Amino acid sequence: MAIARDRIALPPVGAQKTHMTCHFCIVGCGYHVYKWDVNREGGKAPNQNALGLDFRKQLPPLAITLTPAMTNVITDGDGRSYNVMIVPDKNCVVNQGLSSTRGGKMASYMYSAEGMSRDRLLYPRVYLGDQWLDTSWDNALAVYGGLVKKILDNDGPNDVVFSCFDHGGAGGGFENTWGTGKLMFSAIQTPLVRIHNRPAYNSECHATREMGIGELNNSYEDAELADVIWSIGGNPYETQTNYFLAHWVPNLQGGTVDKKKQRFPGETVGAGKAIFVDPRRTVSVDIAEQIAGKDNVLHLDIQPGTDIALFNGLFTHVVEQGWIDRDFISQHTDGFDAAVAANRMSLQECSQITGVSVDKLRKAAEWAYKPKASGHRPRSCHTYEKGIIWGNDNYLIQSALVDLVIATHNVGRRGTGVVRMGGHQEGYTRPPYPGDSKIYVDQELINGKGKMMTWWACNNFQTSNNAQRLREVVLERSQIVKSAISKARGASAQELVDVIYEACNNGGLFVASIDLYPTKLTEAAHMLLAAAHPGEMNLTSMNGERRMRLSEKFMDPPGEAKPDCLIAAMIANTIKAMYQKEGNAEMVKRFSGFDWKTEEDAFNDGFRRAGQPGAGPIDSQGGGTGHIVTYDRLRTMGNNGVQLPAQDWKGGKLVGTEMLYTDGKFDTANGRAQFKPSPWPGLPKTVAEQKAKYKFWINNGRVNEVWQTGYHDKYNAFVKGRWPMAFLEMNPDDAKSLGVGAGDVVEVFNDFGSTYAMAYPDGTAKPGQTFMLFGYFNGVAGDVTTDWTDRNIVPYYKGTWADVRRVGTLEEFKRTVSLKNRHFKGA
Amino acid sequence: MGFELTRREFLKASGAAAAAGVAVVAPATAEAATGQSYPAKAVGKAKGMQVNSPQQFSYPDSASPCTAVKLGKAVPGGVGPDGDIVAYSNLCTHMGCPVSYDANARTFKCPCHFSVFDAELSGQMICGQATENLPRIQLAWNEKDDSVTAVGVIGLIYGRASNTL
Repeated sequence: MAIARDRIALPPVGAQKTHMTCHFCIVGCGYHVYKWDVNREGGKAPNQNALGLDFRKQLPPLAITLTPAMTNVITDGDGRSYNVMIVPDKNCVVNQGLSSTRGGKMASYMYSAEGMSRDRLLYPRVYLGDQWLDTSWDNALAVYGGLVKKILDNDGPNDVVFSCFDHGGAGGGFENTWGTGKLMFSAIQTPLVRIHNRPAYNSECHATREMGIGELNNSYEDAELADVIWSIGGNPYETQTNYFLAHWVPNLQGGTVDKKKQRFPGETVGAGKAIFVDPRRTVSVDIAEQIAGKDNVLHLDIQPGTDIALFNGLFTHVVEQGWIDRDFISQHTDGFDAAVAANRMSLQECSQITGVSVDKLRKAAEWAYKPKASGHRPRSCHTYEKGIIWGNDNYLIQSALVDLVIATHNVGRRGTGVVRMGGHQEGYTRPPYPGDSKIYVDQELINGKGKMMTWWACNNFQTSNNAQRLREVVLERSQIVKSAISKARGASAQELVDVIYEACNNGGLFVASIDLYPTKLTEAAHMLLAAAHPGEMNLTSMNGERRMRLSEKFMDPPGEAKPDCLIAAMIANTIKAMYQKEGNAEMVKRFSGFDWKTEEDAFNDGFRRAGQPGAGPIDSQGGGTGHIVTYDRLRTMGNNGVQLPAQDWKGGKLVGTEMLYTDGKFDTANGRAQFKPSPWPGLPKTVAEQKAKYKFWINNGRVNEVWQTGYHDKYNAFVKGRWPMAFLEMNPDDAKSLGVGAGDVVEVFNDFGSTYAMAYPDGTAKPGQTFMLFGYFNGVAGDVTTDWTDRNIVPYYKGTWADVRRVGTLEEFKRTVSLKNRHFKGA
Repeated sequence: MGFELTRREFLKASGAAAAAGVAVVAPATAEAATGQSYPAKAVGKAKGMQVNSPQQFSYPDSASPCTAVKLGKAVPGGVGPDGDIVAYSNLCTHMGCPVSYDANARTFKCPCHFSVFDAELSGQMICGQATENLPRIQLAWNEKDDSVTAVGVIGLIYGRASNTL
């Protein structure tokens, strides 16, 4: 029987109120956290509750978002229990009081012994023989640190391997990227590190950076000012929800016309138009049409993997039409002529490759680049995300796109930009990577390299490409260590290190996972270390417009869980003490500098020292002005924070930077933006082989209700009830031809692996094309993605082909999961 | 200093209010634990309801608009001779905009932030920004006189700290 959650406790006047930036997507919506004694409640009259709202009568629409999911009861370390409520902040310029289905569940996901998060890791755990057992930090660190040391002493750092977050928000933040980075890169000095979502230590944006344009170069407000918003391989309603709802929608509705008139006097302005580039008709396309009208939305539904051809065709066309900014090109760029020659492609050829009609291509170019009636160049805001980041040659697609953008001067002017939409928030501050080439770390593990593997706040068993092969090998290698450990009865920590080390020399791999929960990695791991998330620690991040905020700690981490930066410090200090004992001064020095008591110490050591005299090289998204930003100042700035780079602390406020490159100076040695030739290469051979052999394109990505691997969501009946298994959206006729009904379980398989999914026929899916939920705990799409990567080891996650067969029917899915069309259709 | 109630005081106070009410039925589900008591309110006669033709009413009070619909096939929580009559709050759980019934898809759609709920599956959110499914109005069908009566709510109606004001 359903549990009726039909009332909530209101915060009393005077309840503690702190700031929280959403843990999840890059948009970073601002929220307030109320915390008060569990035995008290505010009254319903507006002067009786901290929200100041009159609950004695029905509130009008849009007054607030306040649901049972936004409340919880938590217990602090001292045993006292509190009500908490986490509600969106109306005065936050990012979300303006809006809450998404993901952020709206933050309160539910804070730890409570009886709540959804009750499976959190509370203590370090070790796998002994055949079972998981709790242990002390001292014991766990003696084994972990002892093994690191033994490998360093005997084999060097290349056998100590990590897969680690590089982002902001939960499982990240400037404090934690610094803490982990200092451990991995300064102390251990291993180059065998990959990033949480890609199998090497690399960027998702090499090309645009080399061209002089950082990927987060405008403000969310620019989407309100644009004539045209491009969404390239993105699905903003489902994945950057409140950027879309609070900033795109008003523009598409015509609600920002006055603002445009004010900002751009004498310029033709009107309601914004939207152009979507995506083989799949996403729910965002339907919603944009609903808002702006079909005549103001274009969906360029290209053939999979043909983005480069699309941008080259458009580039060639706008050059031929003269819709480019010749003055800007000559004064602020290099390499235009070479790019024009290399990228040349007629609209006819472009149409042939992309499958988009010449008329549609021409219309897109006219909307976005043809001078307006007033003679001004249109302001086109180009947003892109995983469709091209995980696309057919990340490097070349970005080159082709940015060529088009520079030629038409759609960067550094308000209402323009060429920006990634982003997944997580950002929050990068680390010492430089200690290697001179990019290493395909998954392949190293698969090839038997490495002795010790730590997954830090990530779970590549669900998220890597070629994931099945990775799991197979890691499980095999980890079993060698498990068998050895099971025989080491009564062993001291040092003796256990020796046993593990010997097993690793015989092909074994020691596996640790540092995370909030025991994840799928537990199947391979020998040690789990319990981490904390925002709210349990102070944590800073920046969003997709470089807006940095402090998420304030309001409760203790559960059990003995700790912030990642302090776990890194404990590991470093453990190893330092071991070297001290041996009198090894050089290694003591390498493992020094972790004397942090709090996460603020880590913040001050990394983010705030970047660019300062004597600090040494630090790669930081705060740049050289991070020292201006302090926790106290961020507290003052609340949920609006400061847009990095910070420029000043003036009049009691941090002054930031709304838009980059307004002065026409770019991030290259000579300050000029660099065009890059990007000829259309066709599909990579590995992918083309799968396409030739298998019937269905297996596109994949996120769905609105699920955050990443579902690490919290898998415990939430609201989400798990909706998505008990990864779904496979497919054309209804295709489903019928396979004898597959809605809700049936199907197998998806090819040369790389096999997985299961829940069939979800959808009339908008083209024949032969499917879309599978990415990274899920029940059905791993990455099992069938190939091992192909671009020149920078960025995988083509979106590009694989596979066959589908019906496995069977789970009546429960059909009975409890809505399999209706997810697309919003007008009344 | 604002007015505050302890939980114990709240339970006591709401219990007293319920006792003073006229048409009160004992709720069948766990909302009993929250101390709320719901009124019984006539929705109509089952025989009078046309398939797929939504019928407006309000529950538990006049400020809370609801829709009852006879779906033509038995569904979870459905009542009436065919087990197919269900009812929901009209206020989207996200931000309270009034949802509209789509007779083709048999869904409720919110025009503000585009959430869609399944009328045939307990108000499950098909896609959208809410964190809760659409609140279901619990119905009771009396075989003797064919009356359909609203008797409770599963889920919190938007814009309220408790379903009963």
